[in-house]
Amino acid sequence: MSVIYVLLAISISVAILFFIAFIISVRSGQYDDSYTPSVRMLFEDELVKKTSEKNQN
Amino acid sequence: MNVKKCYHCGEDCKTESIHFDAKFFCCHGCKTVYDIFSSHNLSYYYDLASSAGTTPKAIEGKYDFLDSNPIIERLTEFNDTHLQIVNLYIPHIHCSSCIWVLENLNKINNAIRNSEVDFPKKMLRIAYSPSKTSLKEIVSLLAHIGYEPYISLNDFEHKEKPINRSLIYKLGVAGFAFGNVMFLSFPEYFDLSTSKTNGGEFWLNQYQDIFRWLMFFFSLPVVFYAGSDYFISAYKSLRSKILNIDVPIALGITVLFIRSTLEIIFDWSSGFFDSLTGLVFFLLLGKFFQQKTYSFLSFERDYKSYFPIAVTRIQSNGKEETTQIYEIDKGDKLLIRNEELIPVDGIIINGNAKIDYSFVTGESEAVYKTSGDKIFAGGKQLNGAIEMKVLKSVSQSYLTQLWSNAVFQNDKSTRFQTLTDSIGKRFTYIILTIAFLASIFWLLFDSSKAMNVFTAVLIIACPCAIALAAPFTLGNMLRIFGRKKFYLKDTQTIEQLAQIDTAIFDKTGTITTAKRGVAVYEGLQLTEQEESLLKNTLRASNHPLSRSLYDLLSEHHIVTLDEYEEHIGKGIEGVLNKRHIKIGSANFVGKNTQEKIENTAVHISSNEAYKGCFVFKNNYREGVAEVFKEMSNTLQVAILSGDNEGEKNKLEDLLPKHTPLFFNQKPQDKLAFIISLQDQGKKVLMVGDGLNDAGALSQSNVGIAISENINIFSPACDGILDATKFQQLFVYIKTSKKAVKIIKWSFVLSLLYNIIGLFFAVTGQLKPVIAAILMPLSSISIVLFTTIATNLLGKKLK
Repeated sequence: MSVIYVLLAISISVAILFFIAFIISVRSGQYDDSYTPSVRMLFEDELVKKTSEKNQN
Repeated sequence: MNVKKCYHCGEDCKTESIHFDAKFFCCHGCKTVYDIFSSHNLSYYYDLASSAGTTPKAIEGKYDFLDSNPIIERLTEFNDTHLQIVNLYIPHIHCSSCIWVLENLNKINNAIRNSEVDFPKKMLRIAYSPSKTSLKEIVSLLAHIGYEPYISLNDFEHKEKPINRSLIYKLGVAGFAFGNVMFLSFPEYFDLSTSKTNGGEFWLNQYQDIFRWLMFFFSLPVVFYAGSDYFISAYKSLRSKILNIDVPIALGITVLFIRSTLEIIFDWSSGFFDSLTGLVFFLLLGKFFQQKTYSFLSFERDYKSYFPIAVTRIQSNGKEETTQIYEIDKGDKLLIRNEELIPVDGIIINGNAKIDYSFVTGESEAVYKTSGDKIFAGGKQLNGAIEMKVLKSVSQSYLTQLWSNAVFQNDKSTRFQTLTDSIGKRFTYIILTIAFLASIFWLLFDSSKAMNVFTAVLIIACPCAIALAAPFTLGNMLRIFGRKKFYLKDTQTIEQLAQIDTAIFDKTGTITTAKRGVAVYEGLQLTEQEESLLKNTLRASNHPLSRSLYDLLSEHHIVTLDEYEEHIGKGIEGVLNKRHIKIGSANFVGKNTQEKIENTAVHISSNEAYKGCFVFKNNYREGVAEVFKEMSNTLQVAILSGDNEGEKNKLEDLLPKHTPLFFNQKPQDKLAFIISLQDQGKKVLMVGDGLNDAGALSQSNVGIAISENINIFSPACDGILDATKFQQLFVYIKTSKKAVKIIKWSFVLSLLYNIIGLFFAVTGQLKPVIAAILMPLSSISIVLFTTIATNLLGKKLK
């Protein structure tokens, strides 16, 4: 069997893998609110900093 | 004295500012919130955004209904003995501080397991243990920290709608297939001049079948799943004998798919799978872009989102209980507290009512009612508690009956043919004619090519670029308007707005502001002492009129009164150094008057001698005169008010001459007026604000609600305009007209591409690669053209 079949199989299975990941992420509601997580992500950092400051005191 | 800003809410601190923890607060409410936050380690709230808070309002007794189990059952998303999950709409959510503090609620109340904010929707989702806390406690906590949730009858009726994500799925499928098909087509693109028949490249000949069949399989979900909406829409439009733009699109997709499949089966050519998947992908992208929604606004509100869930019912044994609104029967006795909404029609049996109907009828002045008088649902009691007897149930009340009108049942969008659809209709006829003429020509000339040419015409003429022009122009315009605080329901509204030739305005709340700003004193001159006494007496009163009059009077020294008395529903009295002042209604101060009262007035008497009165004037929005002047040049304008004729003269001065003014219009009258205009073939724009305009807003071609605060209730409409932008209304209408012009220009541009493509198609030289180049090129250039043009338009807006 030619190597082209192997390459095609790999490329398509990688593509399908990503496609499945996309479907799962839509299903879990990741695309419902595309704004809040971007803000929330920044809080965590600040919070950790704040508690560590407290520990130092 | 330099003015301090409140550390919590950012308002100017007045004379009674509070110094606490080295910070200034404007009132005790703000200080309390700061205290709660700092004692629970949440003062980071103030680091994220300064003065993000709001002054909490008094809520005592307001949420007693949340103790009732059936109500909790309806409001919660999940209800169990160990866990309850509730979604609350909190209008105040506006910045990152809000998100942070609301997601850290468990630091204040540890029974809260988890709280999550959905910022675009302004929703807070809270999971908590009902054994340790209750919904009422949580809502009270939120109200105490200034994040009062908005709970209305609407929440009680509608369970969370399932979210429709099918467009994202379809876009995903089409994009996935498009990318892969493009990738698989590459070998054929690089090997254009050769084919199996003339020798050709060995490598390609060897493997072209596997590539082609893979493309075929990738295109299957695109045609049958991602593109299914186009087939359904085309089928529906054919059945109702209208040709919309989806007909040529569906035709194009079908022909593309069948011809490509036949080509690879009989090994003629590589087929057009790349163009096919690309076409569907671009079309869906346009749909997705058009689907901009302001999820925190609702354009479909009826009275239910204005009404409370529950009221207090007085049982026959005198006990008070909280009752769900739908359970109120004729003959029940209800207790309506201060600032509460009257949910049903009834008769007052106890207490003096002062009812603000401005939202339901458009009357700007509150009306006084006493025991035995009839009151209507929708009014707001402003004057202490009253008891009332129910005459009609909720659904049969005067106000709610408006919603049984047919206007609220049918969808406006079905009544309107978009520009794209009307072009699409002519386009389909032309394309079919060209296709038939070309194939007849080839049948006579070279019959082997006839079928090829026929399908090629249908493929190349598939109006992808035309179908994209409107979504991208209008979708972008919608976003630009949104940034300028003009929120439209959908892109179709812009097209409708461009066609408006008549504009009807409501008066109260629409061209006037809700704030009373101007009061004119009429009567005998007040002495310095009297003025000081007046100011100090007003200071003690909480009545809205007292508050606004207090703010208008010049500063005086604060002195403590010897005596002060408030007579609910009548007025206030104050005594200082044996000087006696009475402030209130005409009867209360001892003025005998039979004149018909058309304006709100506060009368004053000093030492039992009548002095005069302060007359409150309607305060017109800035720029009303200019807006009307500009509009009257090109549009027909009129005023349709539910109020009395008290302001007629002032309006006539303010507005251009011969502007028709109609007063005492009931909600049904307004609706009928709009219908009569539409029967004359007018395209009507209705601008209103209250429930009394709801019918007219819904019936008009475009209904725009003016709102001082876009987060609070506004009636069902097509667009919500922030009150501060009222002056810009006509500019927005003109911009909509220009946006439609942009669409027309992009139609011309895409027709040029079609003509080029048709040249190849009719002459029988359409190769897959030409289609694959022409199709994305035309789509992308249309998208670029419309985006740049609309952004240029947007730059001119203020």
